[in-house]
Amino acid sequence: MSEHVDSVKTYTAVWLILLALTGVTTGVAYIDLGAFSVVIALLIAAVKMLLVALFFMHMRHSAKLTQVAAAGAFLWLFVMMAFTFADVWTRGLVGTQGR
Amino acid sequence: MSEHVHAPVETLALREQFNTAEQQKESVTFGMWIFLITEVMFFGGLFLAYTVYRSTYPVVFGVASTSLNAVIGALNTAVLLCSSFTMVLAVRSAQLGRRRALVLFLILTLLLGMAFLGVKAYEWNEKFVEHHVPGAGFHFEGAAEQGPAQLFFSLYFAMTGLHALHMVVGAGILCWLLYHAVRGRFTAEYMTPVDVAGLYWHFVDIIWIFLFPLLYLIDRHMR
Repeated sequence: MSEHVDSVKTYTAVWLILLALTGVTTGVAYIDLGAFSVVIALLIAAVKMLLVALFFMHMRHSAKLTQVAAAGAFLWLFVMMAFTFADVWTRGLVGTQGR
Repeated sequence: MSEHVHAPVETLALREQFNTAEQQKESVTFGMWIFLITEVMFFGGLFLAYTVYRSTYPVVFGVASTSLNAVIGALNTAVLLCSSFTMVLAVRSAQLGRRRALVLFLILTLLLGMAFLGVKAYEWNEKFVEHHVPGAGFHFEGAAEQGPAQLFFSLYFAMTGLHALHMVVGAGILCWLLYHAVRGRFTAEYMTPVDVAGLYWHFVDIIWIFLFPLLYLIDRHMR
């Protein structure tokens, strides 16, 4: 069967970038960026997630079906979060009881 | 691939419900991904609860979050990333049919996973010493409101605890893989268990990649 075997060099590079990003996200946390702290932290985490998924989990070689299914996880996560936030974060706006 | 001609070593591990080894491998891999997607929703619920309560009690959550040790958290993140690196090398060794390297990298992954859990145990112990464990003895000096502070530490223990539980399960899977790897059960043609165990291990790593900044880092700048 057609198995993709990535080089040790590729894996080492990904590993070192992941370690560097961990250092960056920790360092940046001490700088006052206000509300952007969360944004930066989540952006770095998302990049790390993509690196792990694409390289370590071989996502870039996976079958299309697997790729679509995995991406689908984020659709359901989005639905769950968006609907909950749409409730919780708007309760004060329209002056209704509930808090 | 022809449906009638298999290399002998392929048929050895081929279950009867599959036509080809390739079809079997794709089915198993897809099954693991479906399981991981349910896990995304499982952890997602906790991330959701954390976000809702953090936005409800931003100040107390900020103070409670900064009481965690970010340096230890970062070092433990590095340990876990190293374990993912050794795991991917174990999968690669299996792909190439290198049995000794496979055993070596599985042992390294197991040791790094144990190291992560050891550091986690040390951190949890600190919480007990500091009375930061939710319950009757809870006391958090940094906040006037003890309720929201307990809520933060409840979520902290639930999220890191559930993650650690996944690590323990992962360690069990690694032991199972080691048992069979030592006996030479995995070959370049059949190493699907190593492959899907790798998917699981990396997924648990990804969960920590999000837990670390959300629990340890995002309110650090307010200090």
